[in-house]
Amino acid sequence: MLSIKNISKTFHAGTVNEKTALRNVSLEMKSGDFATIVGSNGAGKSTLFHAVTGAFYVDGGQIILDGEDITFKKEHLRSRDIGHLFQDPLLGTAPHMTIEENMALAYMRVSGKHSPFGRVTKKDKALFREKLALLDMGLEERMKNPVGLLSGGQRQALTLLMATVVTPKILLLDEHTAALDPATAEKVMKLTKDIIAERGITCLMVTHNMHQALETGNRTLMMNDGRIILDITGKERESMTVDTLLEKFREQAGTRLDNDRILLSGR
Amino acid sequence: MSTIFTLSILQSALELGCIYALIAIALYISFTLLNIADLSTDGCFTLGCAVGAMVTMAGHPVLALFMAMGAGVCSGFITAFLQTKMGVQSILAGIIVNTGLYTVNLAVMGFSSNINLFHCDTLFSLAKQVSENKIYRDWYELGIAALIVLAVCLILGWFLNTSSGLSIRATGDNAHMVKASSINPGRMITAGLCISGSLTALSGAILGQYQKSCDINFGTGQVTIALASLIIGNTLVRRGGMLKRISGVVLGSCLYRFIVAIALRLNLPAEAVKLVSAVIVAAAISFPCLKEKAGFTKKKMEMRKKAAVRT
Repeated sequence: MLSIKNISKTFHAGTVNEKTALRNVSLEMKSGDFATIVGSNGAGKSTLFHAVTGAFYVDGGQIILDGEDITFKKEHLRSRDIGHLFQDPLLGTAPHMTIEENMALAYMRVSGKHSPFGRVTKKDKALFREKLALLDMGLEERMKNPVGLLSGGQRQALTLLMATVVTPKILLLDEHTAALDPATAEKVMKLTKDIIAERGITCLMVTHNMHQALETGNRTLMMNDGRIILDITGKERESMTVDTLLEKFREQAGTRLDNDRILLSGR
Repeated sequence: MSTIFTLSILQSALELGCIYALIAIALYISFTLLNIADLSTDGCFTLGCAVGAMVTMAGHPVLALFMAMGAGVCSGFITAFLQTKMGVQSILAGIIVNTGLYTVNLAVMGFSSNINLFHCDTLFSLAKQVSENKIYRDWYELGIAALIVLAVCLILGWFLNTSSGLSIRATGDNAHMVKASSINPGRMITAGLCISGSLTALSGAILGQYQKSCDINFGTGQVTIALASLIIGNTLVRRGGMLKRISGVVLGSCLYRFIVAIALRLNLPAEAVKLVSAVIVAAAISFPCLKEKAGFTKKKMEMRKKAAVRT
């Protein structure tokens, strides 16, 4: 589904702030793959996502999504096929627009109704209601409320719904539950897993929770210094514990996993 | 009181309020929805007035409105082009276009700084001939202005809920989200500014026919006045659908004209009108903040009083 070939990216090349964020990264994601990504601070996890979504063009390499070379495709054109959730719940929704309007925007852009003067129909609204009810947050009763009035968890759940209202070819989750309180985070995480499992969405998820990294999905990637240094699947992954994973990281990277969040969350 | 408040004052405040409301609605799109400070308003208003006046002189007062709107679209497009394609900051793009428009406007008016329409048919003179009825003769000007504003409100109320309209609103609300939602932000800014420019120019064209003249300085300070109307409108109508909010802006514009009319009745010289405008704008903008502060102070005093009673 997603095929990344030898991409690299250097920011501020030729200045004192030069930072190589991606070094010849290659990654092959089969359709329905659900991979978690862990790594040190500044390992290039978010940069990898931004390379895929097109926030910048890579310096070298190739990105192929569902058979189409998107390496130099414009960001807003790629995003039709890509769902992207950020850590900050405020980034994914328009605060002064109502829940219904936000849903309509997400729905109309990708469904066949992208005529410039299209409007949502009663039937569409009923569909939004039905989808919102699945969140079990009472949002279906607040369709006319501005999104700015919702809590962070509610907004993130809504963003997830919007990103998947029409199934994306790939879903990128960048620590999307990290800024939520534990109970809400768990709820949003469960929703995420349900939606992904139900529709077999191909997904990449950055997390700082090592247990989550091993338990969620079918594949675990580790990144360090702009490279993917570990890629574990199948039996090897099943038998892996957090301690052996950290040990493995040290062997590969030659340093200890240095991520303040992981340290703070007591692994 | 009767000397300050008369029916004719109310009437002319409503007429001007409706005509100028179009600029306030234009600013509602660029300033509130798109979150762009578009300072080309002054020039664009005069452009509409000039183009409208020239076409009216040629004998087509209705076509004049559409020609003016077309000119406004061009002006909005250039402002948008500068900021989306050429990397000019939005506030600068507006100022640049505004400066350039001065010469363009003079050129449109045949390099004369003032033209008058006393001897040609205007929208208003044509409507006047329809009936001899006294009530009609008193109110037809307001009727025309109100009808045009109503039409604009209804069309915008519909448009802002379509796919394009929602995209334009989202562009100003959360640029981050828009990029991730397969919406081309540059195109949305361009569409928004074109609509905003066309409304500003339409307002200019109507005003030119209403006052039967066009002056190169008509536009000066319009952006401040429209902003005042917009903010009064936003203070009056804080929530609700698009149609309700746009109506609030129209209401704000009429209210503003009324305040100015009252202020001028208090024997203020006509030259003071801009200063009065500035004061009203400042007052309207700071009103919500002052209200909050006053509420806080009141609460603080009450709590102190309670504490004093207890001890």
